[in-house]
Amino acid sequence: MINKYAESTKAEIISNKKVGAYHHLVFEVGGLASHVRPGNFVAISVGGPTSAMVLRRAFAIHRSMDRGASGGVIELVVAPHGNGSKWLTSLPVGSYVSLTGPLGTSFGIPTDNVRALLVGGGYGSAPLFGLAEVLKARGNRVDMVLGASTGGKIYAPLEGKRSVNSMTITTDDGSAGVHGRVSDVLPELIERNNCDIIYSCGPMAMLEAISQIAVRYNIIHQCAVEESMACGIGVCMTCVIPLRDEDGQIRMQRSCIAGPVVDGERVIWNSGGSIPEGTLGAP
Amino acid sequence: MTFDFSTQFGRTTFPNPVFTASGCAGSGKELAQFFDIRELGAVVTKSIMRKPRSGRATPRMAETPSGMLNSIGLQGPGIEEFLAHDIPWLKAHEARIIVSIAGETIDDYAFLAKRLSIVSGISALEVNISCPNVENRGQVFACDPVTASAAIEAVRRNVPGTMPIIAKLSPDVTDIATIAESCVSAGADALALINTLLGMVIDTNTMLPKLAGKTGGLSGPAIRPVAVRAIYQVRARLPHIGILGMGGISSGNDALEMILAGANGISVGTATFGNPTAPIDIKGDLEKLLMDRGFSSLREAVGFAHRTTS
Repeated sequence: MINKYAESTKAEIISNKKVGAYHHLVFEVGGLASHVRPGNFVAISVGGPTSAMVLRRAFAIHRSMDRGASGGVIELVVAPHGNGSKWLTSLPVGSYVSLTGPLGTSFGIPTDNVRALLVGGGYGSAPLFGLAEVLKARGNRVDMVLGASTGGKIYAPLEGKRSVNSMTITTDDGSAGVHGRVSDVLPELIERNNCDIIYSCGPMAMLEAISQIAVRYNIIHQCAVEESMACGIGVCMTCVIPLRDEDGQIRMQRSCIAGPVVDGERVIWNSGGSIPEGTLGAP
Repeated sequence: MTFDFSTQFGRTTFPNPVFTASGCAGSGKELAQFFDIRELGAVVTKSIMRKPRSGRATPRMAETPSGMLNSIGLQGPGIEEFLAHDIPWLKAHEARIIVSIAGETIDDYAFLAKRLSIVSGISALEVNISCPNVENRGQVFACDPVTASAAIEAVRRNVPGTMPIIAKLSPDVTDIATIAESCVSAGADALALINTLLGMVIDTNTMLPKLAGKTGGLSGPAIRPVAVRAIYQVRARLPHIGILGMGGISSGNDALEMILAGANGISVGTATFGNPTAPIDIKGDLEKLLMDRGFSSLREAVGFAHRTTS
């Protein structure tokens, strides 16, 4: 069954706070919160009932909390970039939105003890905090690296910092933390912490750079990919990326249901604008 | 008195007139989490081709005012994989199935029709001769009455006479009613009106087309008046042919508009992207709207906007 626990619901916004360049929003979502796994996302209708924006917007779930009988909540970190996200972040507390979720794949949680390195770019750090809590609760070592173009675009809430063993910040302009990119600091962190697995979320170019490092050190890399999406539920075929399957065949696959979390080694990187050679059914 | 919501395409009767639109319901499985697909009049599958096809590169999508452009390029697993996986799943879940087929050549249409003629459990064939996302617009069979009828004839020759054939037409033509007539002469029982309109969006930051394939098919509420017009024109020319209406339907009222223009049934496409339960919501609203207006059957409302008033 695809998206086995997904449902469409009217969700109430119970908190909406500006945090740096982003908005932190909390939604009352009832029972669906109990099915959320780190890496899952939701799709939200934007613009109200007479909206000219016909497509849902997809957001990675930052954290979820199941509160039993009193219903669950999910938290999102939204960058007000386009008209849809600007509309969403402008809504007052008490507004309702149409929300579908939880959708997509989640980060694999190892059963054995591991030393995990979590790497986020910009608001791509959002789903990593929920993941850090789960990993930490199971007794794993969790180190985190967050990168952005500038300090104001690093999303790192105080309580999030407490759920990791160490936190490294990088900025392209040097306004916070290390002057540089996340890929500049990864080799040293991997070596120093003897890391077993990397989890990442952020822009595709960043994920590609991390993937190359993961291959070099022969460690597992699970990444949450992004490609422009119309439906989020697997029916529109717009969000495809080339992934190599176990049989060795490359297939254009939907990042909404085959992802967003995929094994970095499966991704044929830097293929935007073309179909990689060897893809099933390539022209 | 009970309301008769059933409709007919060719010799096949469907319990209600609300179908999915080809390419907007995946393989059926994706929507099964959100509603019981037996509730649909029929599932119209994505257009299937002879061989596996990767489709076009990304970006494949651009949102537009009240609509979107897509440039999928008929991505699909090819007919054999489709028959091995998708059809058995739909049958197991008791969906009524309309298989949509697309080809690059007339021979492809003949081949696909022949292959499907020996498969049980298919309620009708939709012959997609109007996909705009092909490398060569010359391949859009539905842009010319001669090539359109050649594709339909190739299908008709290879399936039993009892199998309804629905020809899916493009609105990007001068006179859609003439294309419709030629398809009917070639053996089509019904027409699917309309496919997407060819469009383009240019990103003003990169100053390049937003889609990797440059052009894409425009769908959504933005094209609904074009669909209503096309249905009305074809219904006026061909009073007794089946018409499956589509193009931006997102409410029961939108569906009613197409029925009044002359559609015997409707397909929900882009609305499903924004709301996974759209087909079922629309079905409920359409039935209520028809009853509110005093119709005792769907049939009475088909083409009602064509009546003369004094």
